Amino acid sequence: MNALSFIPLLLALILSPLLFGVINRTKALFAGRRGQPLLQTYYDLWKLLRKGAVYSRTTTWIFRAGPMVGLAAAWVAATLVPLGNFPALIAFPADFLLFAGLLGLMRFFTVVAALDTGSSFEGMGASREVFFSALTEPALFVVLATLARQTGQLSLSTMFEPVSGADWLHGGPVLALVIIALMIVLLAENARIPVDDPNTHLELTMIHEVMVLDHSGPDFAFILYAAALKLWMLGALVLSMVLPSSGGNPWLSLALVSGGMFGLAVVIGVIESVMARLRLLVVPQLLIGAGAVATVALILTLR
Amino acid sequence: MMTDLILVLVVLTNLKLLGSSRLGASIRVVAAQGVMLGLLPVLAHVHELSLHFAALAVGTVALKGVVFPWLLFRALREAEVTREVEPYVAYITSILIGLAALAASFWLGGRLPVSTVEPSSLLVPSALFSILAGLFLIVARKRAVNQVLGFLVLENGIYTFGVGIVAETPFLVELGVLLDAFVAVFVMGIAVYHINREFDHIEVDRLDRLKG
Repeated sequence: MNALSFIPLLLALILSPLLFGVINRTKALFAGRRGQPLLQTYYDLWKLLRKGAVYSRTTTWIFRAGPMVGLAAAWVAATLVPLGNFPALIAFPADFLLFAGLLGLMRFFTVVAALDTGSSFEGMGASREVFFSALTEPALFVVLATLARQTGQLSLSTMFEPVSGADWLHGGPVLALVIIALMIVLLAENARIPVDDPNTHLELTMIHEVMVLDHSGPDFAFILYAAALKLWMLGALVLSMVLPSSGGNPWLSLALVSGGMFGLAVVIGVIESVMARLRLLVVPQLLIGAGAVATVALILTLR
Repeated sequence: MMTDLILVLVVLTNLKLLGSSRLGASIRVVAAQGVMLGLLPVLAHVHELSLHFAALAVGTVALKGVVFPWLLFRALREAEVTREVEPYVAYITSILIGLAALAASFWLGGRLPVSTVEPSSLLVPSALFSILAGLFLIVARKRAVNQVLGFLVLENGIYTFGVGIVAETPFLVELGVLLDAFVAVFVMGIAVYHINREFDHIEVDRLDRLKG
């Protein structure tokens, strides 16, 4: 472990809320608006942290624990994620299981906190979240199995090492399929547009937003920050597949990963601007499709 | 490298067909698959490109990419069917069955003793998968147009097989196969139109009760 290992964690903790700003700016540009300031998420977080939280008398400690457990899980998961050329702070064989488990823990506590309020709308959101994540998790695991098979490694930091031109020439189709599947998983897990619209506030169609309606003040700030971290972590995995190697120059790597990350945010913004949200009935088909694409990649590596 | 890419795309288009709910989209996907397969022999024999391969590629691309979609879209428009596929087997189940068939094709493709002049190790498995997917599409969909599409996918699979197994298929044989496929699609397109005019629908599950 050297000083460079702290860079992915520090970048994630400091820069992740900026991703939402870049996405919103891109969408505003497409819509012909000026859009909110790039740092709006930081202002929101600061404002929410200074407020008091309101708790319904029907809720229990589970409702209060939800956001804290979610943020803690996101922090721990952020230590496991590599970023471009930088390995993760903590890396050990099969750490991807812990990573997926921490994401699952975060989701579980969001869901039980939503159910704890007793609101029927939050129950609907919780039900959809659990249904869709039951379809994205197999896709994520098939992607990880493909990479483990392809690289012969069992740790996120070594599985997601930067690819070179020779890798593309040798296993180009597999890499492309894995990137497509991972990108759909990223959009679904972070409740972005083909699956869920982060801007909508109509309870009948929302998934993530509806589950956190009753949280207020610092609790909501925790949820917002954890969501930003989750977007950053999955984005870092996609990015590590796309970025070329920088040849060991830390400054070049730093420029590559920060530029790449905000390029990814622009891509997400473009996807959200040109696509409509899918009907809820079609979403399982998209997610099964991601799993199918990942399975084709796995079969290609197994032959 | 390019043949691998095309064969992976063919596998993906087959999976897309299994999960697609729109007839128009399915016709376009089959057309795209036909064009890609038409280019396959040219890319596989790029170093010894002869008039034979060039003519075959042009013929295949024109027939599968332009004529067949045109005929099928015409049948679709004149028969005025709804544009849903109406499956017996649900889309998600179809995709899962397709993945199982893909795994089986790769397992079988690795064991078949057909190591002739194939330019890519993906060729036999993806040909087998196209054949299986085409058969499944014929059995598991209600619309007559979709069964024509299943037949075309099946034919594409056999064509892929031919590209890999035989270095120099006689020109006449390949032209004959193309002509057969053309006649079949032509006849099926007309049959779909006439069945529709007589019976107001082209759902094959009701064809067992034909009374003129």
